[in-house]
Order: sequence, then structure tokens, then C-alpha cells
Amino acid sequence: MISGNFLAYAIAAPLVMAFVVNLVGRARPFLVAPLALLSLAVSSLCSLLLLARVLRDGTESYTMGGWQPPWGIELVVDPLSGLMLLLVAAIALIATWSAGASVRQEMEGREHVFFTLYLILVSGLLALTVTGDAFNLYVMLEITAITTYGLIAMGRERAALASFNYIIMGTIGACFYLLGVGYLYILTGSLNMADIGRILPELYGGAAVATAFAFMLVGMWVKMAFFPLHGWLPNAYTYAPSGTSVLIAPLMTKVSVYLMIRIMFTIFSPEYTFFQHAGVQHLIVWASALAIIIASSLALAQTEFKKMLTYIIVAEVGYMVGGVWLANEPGMTGAVLHIVNDALMTLCLFLVASAVVFRQGSCRFEDFRGLYRTMPLTMAAFTVGAFSMIGVPPTAGFFSKWYLILGGIEAGQWAYVAALVFSSLVNAVLFFRIIEIAFFNSEDGHGHGHHGTLARHEAPGALVQPLVLTAVALIVVGLASGALVDAVILPALQWLQ
Amino acid sequence: MEGLLDEIVAKYNYWIYVVLMMIGFYAMIGKRNLVKKLIGMNIFQTAIILFFVSTGVKRDAGLAIVDKQQALAGAIDVATVVNPLPHVLMLTAIVVGVSVTGVALAVMQRIHREHGTLEEDEILEKIGR
Repeated sequence: MISGNFLAYAIAAPLVMAFVVNLVGRARPFLVAPLALLSLAVSSLCSLLLLARVLRDGTESYTMGGWQPPWGIELVVDPLSGLMLLLVAAIALIATWSAGASVRQEMEGREHVFFTLYLILVSGLLALTVTGDAFNLYVMLEITAITTYGLIAMGRERAALASFNYIIMGTIGACFYLLGVGYLYILTGSLNMADIGRILPELYGGAAVATAFAFMLVGMWVKMAFFPLHGWLPNAYTYAPSGTSVLIAPLMTKVSVYLMIRIMFTIFSPEYTFFQHAGVQHLIVWASALAIIIASSLALAQTEFKKMLTYIIVAEVGYMVGGVWLANEPGMTGAVLHIVNDALMTLCLFLVASAVVFRQGSCRFEDFRGLYRTMPLTMAAFTVGAFSMIGVPPTAGFFSKWYLILGGIEAGQWAYVAALVFSSLVNAVLFFRIIEIAFFNSEDGHGHGHHGTLARHEAPGALVQPLVLTAVALIVVGLASGALVDAVILPALQWLQ
Repeated sequence: MEGLLDEIVAKYNYWIYVVLMMIGFYAMIGKRNLVKKLIGMNIFQTAIILFFVSTGVKRDAGLAIVDKQQALAGAIDVATVVNPLPHVLMLTAIVVGVSVTGVALAVMQRIHREHGTLEEDEILEKIGR
């Protein structure tokens, strides 16, 4: 009986713990982070078992409260959403490990408030990946968004303004999606995604269906910061507290990309998405190529590590959107694999940022000076993350980029292929610039005699352990990506078609 | 011209929602004062609520409060009651809207404490961009 409810436990554990943490944390702040970790460990374990079962026995459907679909809200775990569920739970677990330490430093005495929002956010993200109901998706989208607004606004200085801009843009995105749901409800009388997917084919070709599709897609693009709708992202992620950005930077945009895939293939169908409106597919691949090139160029202009990373995220969103819209198997495989890899890479690099901020107070490029000597473990992990972003084998980033490039060549989208190569080169420039600063520390005027005084001054264990773990995971996932594609991603894609 | 007018009159609820939505959208994007942006956001959300609620309405239909026995017996003609589902959905959307507004007001308070103004231009000038 217990195993039947894994899905409910995975989502409920962080949700319940959010309130426990709030109460317990008032009196015993040191318990907050361990309790949060415990609930996310439960989620991760449940998701892992669930994914294993789904891969063995096929798609599972869970009806909340016994209301049968299409009337009740259905939660669906197929290979793809199972993979996303595990990804979200695992990333959140690793991020929380480090968030405890940085939150204690940055906002002493407010840990319980922070982790209440944090756990509700994780629970919302988990529910987003498995929901089979179009309106429920909107509600979950807003739950994750509202908690994120709060978590970002907890940062210092410009964080509040960045959060306000995000509120405005995020609301526009969610409302557009809601409008799309409204049109679909008028057309089909249903809110269940699979049910809509069954009814809709008879109505393809109508203007209302196209309007709904466009509204939902644009809404998701705002949420995932697809260029040129990315304006809110860089400031919001840069000025957020370290504990916030290690969670939202890897997960929010990736989950939105996954939701776009859901909308394109579950609510609508590949035939509708790719063939109904001639030229649209072509146009979107071009737009993503443009997104990659411009966001990469903007990243070149930054002098702060976190801000540079945010522009790289925007470029990576371009990778994934483009990969999905290539409309062939390697492109799709690459996009889904890149969701996993990019989440890990972004997590790794934001953990580096959070460790550097912990020791140096900020993470402008000059703060990296001499770090290979003083924080060797952090910088070793940084190097792995950087190589993965550039796409050096055997790190994970190489393999998904390889699939994306293969897809681009197969589809004959040369602009997209060129953009991918361009972005890899820009990433190489970006990261080698930092590696150079961090490696050669004697240029700051102190001369060589200064070396002896630079003692090892690593960030605390709670920040370094998850970082090293993520760096190892990047290599392991990279080496195992063939197995991952065969075992999980290809079944997931078959299920979509 | 005649045709367009007929079109507007026949579907006036949709036209009102589109006009309201555009007003809200303009305020969110075009205005430089943060309070005005927030009010624009509220108008925007209200327009969508209006859109949803109006889709549930049927001509000459009554409230969706029905006798249980009659309903179980299948003796209710669905054309005589409005569709309550969009209304229920919008209850959730209203709650979401209120929460977002609440968070936005709290964030705005922090902005005012930090920068002493709610005019976006003045804030950006102070930050020195």
C-alpha cells in the first residue's frame, strides 16, 4: 500500500515539512536545515523508486482524493515526468545541503522563514512535473512563482526591485497560459491534458486552437526567459540570496522547458505543433539561434560571475527550445538530456558562486584572484562545471550538445548549429578568463613574496561537499549518458509520440 | 462597418475583456510608477477573470444550485443552469491574484525603504545605471 502512494509522499513531504520547519525553527534554528534535508531525502527516494517502477511497468496515474479523471485532478508519471521528478528532488536535495550554511550567514535568525518558502517552492516544482491537469498546472506555476518572488526579495540592495520586475513579468506569463487554458476549455469542455489531447484533433485548423497554442507557448517562454522575453531573469537571479539562487537557477527554467514539451506533445500533438502552421517551426529554431548568440554575447560583457551565469542560462534556454523545435529524434533527445545536464551544470556553478560569496563577500571576477591556491576544492569543481558548460568530453555538457548538433545537422538548421558552436567558443573565453584570474594571483601588485601567506581557506564543508558531489555527478552522468538515453529518454520520447 | 458593429454587439463580453486586458497590459509595460504597474496587473488579471466567468453563461439559464435527488435522477436540463466550473476556477484565480498582489505590495514596501521612492526612473538613477 505504501508503494502505491510514493507520488503523494514525494510531493507532500516538503509541503508538510515547510510548516513544521516554520514552527520548530522559531525555537531551534539549527534544526531547520536538517529537517528540510530529511524531507527532500524522502522525496528523492520516493521519486527514484517511482521512476524505476515506471520504467519497468509503464505509465502510472494517480488520482488525488479518488476523483476520477477527467473531472478530478490526475497526476501522471510517465518516463519523462518521472525523470523530471527525480531531477527536481535530487537537485533540491543537493542545493539544500549548501543553502543551510549560506542562509545562516546571510540572514541569521530568519532561517525558518526562508526554508518555509523554499520547501513550498520545491513541493510546487515537484507537482508541476507530474500534474496531468491544465488548470492545476497554472495553480502550481503560481505557487512556485509566488514563493520565488519572496525568496528573491530576501536578498540585499537591488533584490527587491528585481523581484518586483519578476512579479510583473511572471504574472504576464502565467496569465497568458491561463488564457490559453480558457480557450481550450471553451473548445473541449475539459481541463485534463490527456482528455484535451484526445478531443482536440477534430478541431485542428481552427483559429481558436491556434490562439490557445500561441498564448500557452508565449506564456511559457516568458516563464523560462526565452530571449527576447528574458529581461527579468539576470537581475533577479544575480541579486537573490545565495541560498535562493542555487535552487531556482538550476530548476525554474528547466521545469518550464519541460512544461513546454508537455504542452506541445500531451495537450497538442507533434503533428499539430510541427506541421499545422508552416514556417512556425522554422521561425522558432531561428529565434533560438538568435537567443543563443545574443545571450552569449551579453555574457561576455559581464564582470560579475553570477550575472555572467544568468546570461549563460538564457543562452542555454535557447539550446533547449531550439532542440525541441528541431522536430527530430536527436534534437529532442539532446533537449531532454540537456535539461538534466544543464540543471547539474548550473547547480555546480551556482554552488561555486555561493562558496566564493561565502568567503570573499561577493563574486566579481577580481574576487577569484588566487582562489586555486586558497580554495582548491571549490576551484576544481568549478573547472569541471566550466568544462561541462564549454562542452569538453567526458563531462555531461558535451554529450547533450553533441545530440543537439546532430539534430541541427539532420534538420538542416545550419544557423542553429552555428549558434551552438559560437556559444561553446564564447563559454570557453568566459571561463578561461576566470581560470586565468584564479590561477595567476601574483598580478595584484603584491609580488611573488605574497604566495607564502596565502593559506588554504576553503569554504565550510556544508558548501564544499555538495559542490564536489555535483562535479562528480557531472562526469558520471557524462560517462553514463549513453545508458541514460537508452534507458530513460528514448522510452520517454516514444511515450510522447 | 455594419458587420463589425454586429460582431462587437454579439460578443460584447469578449470585446470588453480584450479592451480591459490591453489597458492592464499597457499599464504594466508602459507606466514607470511601480504602484501603477501593480494596478495594471490587477486590471489584467480581472480581465481574464471576466473572460472565464462570461464563458460559463447561457441565455436564460439560472443559478447552478440544483436539487440533489433531481440531479441524481438525471432530470436536470443542463441548458437551464449556467456552467459553474469556470466560476469555480476563477475563485482559485482570484486567490492567486490576491496573493501576488500581497507579495508585490510587501516587496514594494522594501523598495521604498531601500530607495525612498516608487518611481522606477528615480530608483534607476539612484542605483546609477
